[in-house]
Amino acid sequence: MKRRTLLASAAVGLALAAAPAFAQDVPKIGFVYVGPVNDGGWSQHHHESAMKMKEHFGDQIELIEQESVPEGADAERVLTQMALSGADLIFTTSFGYMDPTINVAAKFPDVKFEHATGYKTADNVSAYSARFYEGRAVTGYLAGAMTKSNKIGYIGSFPIPEVIRGINSSFLHAKKANPDVEMSVVWLSTWFDPAKEADATQALLDQGVDVVLAHTDSTAPLSVLEKAGGYGFGQAADMYDYAPEPRLSSIIDDWAPYYIDRVQAIVDGTWESHNVWQGIGDGMVGIGEITGPVPEDVKATAEKMKADIAAGDYHPFTGPINKQDGSAWLAEGEVADDGVLAGMDFYVEGLTGEIPN
Amino acid sequence: MDPVLLVASIMVSATPILLAAIGEMVVEKAGVLNLGVEGMMITGAVIGFAVAVSTGSPVLGFAGAALGAAVLSLSFGFLTQYLLSNQVATGLGLTLVGLGLSALVGASFEGVRAPGPGKLWIPGLAEIPVLGPMLFRHDFMVYVSLLLVAGVWAFLKYTRAGLILRAVGEDHESAHALGYKVVRVRMAAIFFGGACAGLGGAYVSLVRVPQWTEGMTAGAGWIALAIVVFASWRPLGVLIGAYLFGGVTVLQLNLQAAGTNVPVELLSMSPYLITIIVLVVISARGVHGAPGSLGRSFHASA
Repeated sequence: MKRRTLLASAAVGLALAAAPAFAQDVPKIGFVYVGPVNDGGWSQHHHESAMKMKEHFGDQIELIEQESVPEGADAERVLTQMALSGADLIFTTSFGYMDPTINVAAKFPDVKFEHATGYKTADNVSAYSARFYEGRAVTGYLAGAMTKSNKIGYIGSFPIPEVIRGINSSFLHAKKANPDVEMSVVWLSTWFDPAKEADATQALLDQGVDVVLAHTDSTAPLSVLEKAGGYGFGQAADMYDYAPEPRLSSIIDDWAPYYIDRVQAIVDGTWESHNVWQGIGDGMVGIGEITGPVPEDVKATAEKMKADIAAGDYHPFTGPINKQDGSAWLAEGEVADDGVLAGMDFYVEGLTGEIPN
Repeated sequence: MDPVLLVASIMVSATPILLAAIGEMVVEKAGVLNLGVEGMMITGAVIGFAVAVSTGSPVLGFAGAALGAAVLSLSFGFLTQYLLSNQVATGLGLTLVGLGLSALVGASFEGVRAPGPGKLWIPGLAEIPVLGPMLFRHDFMVYVSLLLVAGVWAFLKYTRAGLILRAVGEDHESAHALGYKVVRVRMAAIFFGGACAGLGGAYVSLVRVPQWTEGMTAGAGWIALAIVVFASWRPLGVLIGAYLFGGVTVLQLNLQAAGTNVPVELLSMSPYLITIIVLVVISARGVHGAPGSLGRSFHASA
């Protein structure tokens, strides 16, 4: 026991002694991922954005990454280790890292932290998240415009506000393109299970759906659509491999501009804690190139919608919008406020079925 | 909801677990508990995908998957049968190894598309109204899985080799005393079980999804293990269990897609609920059908 402690302290001591020698004046930037960096979805996109950031700064910074870190106690250990090894800024890229980040940040006031998709902040902890519902307005519009059966489907993961916002935004804009459209929602209770995603896609197709939107991480839905016919969208990644058919466009997580911005602040010494929720306009939400059989006028409308959202001229949740039970939510011209959106737990009018809880 | 399409998709959805479960049943009949089904399936999924992509032939893909997973299962066989390691721990280890190995091998195959097997319409039968599109318009592996179940049933029931295998599983001491090669029989069963699990995995990556993604079998191997118990170690039971499980899964997705007002939570947990109910019924009956030497190590000197 004693010897182990001694060895451990010696190792920490060495690490502490070695760190400044190597990283003289070069800020050390850490990233912690919940999954493997090649998961094809969430973690991969944070990793790729981190690589773009590294490319941007070159030798000006040092990048350290840790993948497949479970949320909870392990995350605290990893974060502590990173802070001890001399990291100046650490990005923790999963919702479940929120409390570990806050805890570790309290012990290392000189180290800065950035937590993705959470809501807790501190003097040295920022929170950042993306307005994916902006992108889903565009893909929803395309879905509504491209369906021939007037039936579109949506594969939901977990019934959390982020996913429900996406469903509502997609449906409202599908309606704009095609007032007769109906949307079936299938909940899978998983972020990632290709076989289940494939079965869900097939089930939707069997019900007469011909355009499928998905909020799960794999490319399985596109793979099935390619085989069975029908259209879909890239999710989190561009998934351009599936273009021109069955992929119409995609909604892309692009964290690189934000990472570059925040690391620049470290380099400049101007970093301050904040809590941001960025969308298309800031470049955090990307829309993949609209390809394939989409008619020119539909494409033009979708692109204008994207531009208007980016410019702040259009908000995807603009009244009049009623809730599913018919009660009024937003009056004519009224725009949803972020508080309601952040906690959204209801369907808008026209959607059938119930949200599981 | 179209029942024809529903039955057709149930058959596709159930095939991977049916293949893995029938293999595991043979392994357990020989008295070996191999909990590494998930690891062998995912290995089969990646090898099948890699071979099919490289050769352009889905048939070779399935063959490669069967062989690859079977060879992997031999490592389990060597550890448990010759070095007498604990079967439960070794099986769990096999799953971990399979998951890691497949991630390593599969890294270069992400985003690649594999040639899937086309539908094999059974001449004549496929033309029958309703039943044709329901049962006889699948890819060849669906028929292979059904033939495999029938074959295993006939093998265990009617052949001398099947009798020896069952004897080894029921009481390895007696089988040994009678001069049967317990370890050799078990190694053969483990090899067969590995091959079946490999086929099941390849069915996921070549037909059902079809693509390679890390961790894509997502627990199907564990369901296969449960189905063997559910089936009381009987081939027909395995078939029913796999189709029931696949059926309930597909049915609940279809009910959701059709917008029925059944609570989603109830639908999602229904496959597990039904499994538990059947297990309770089986337990209440008191007839488990588990082979007598299941999970016990055998050493000739003991």
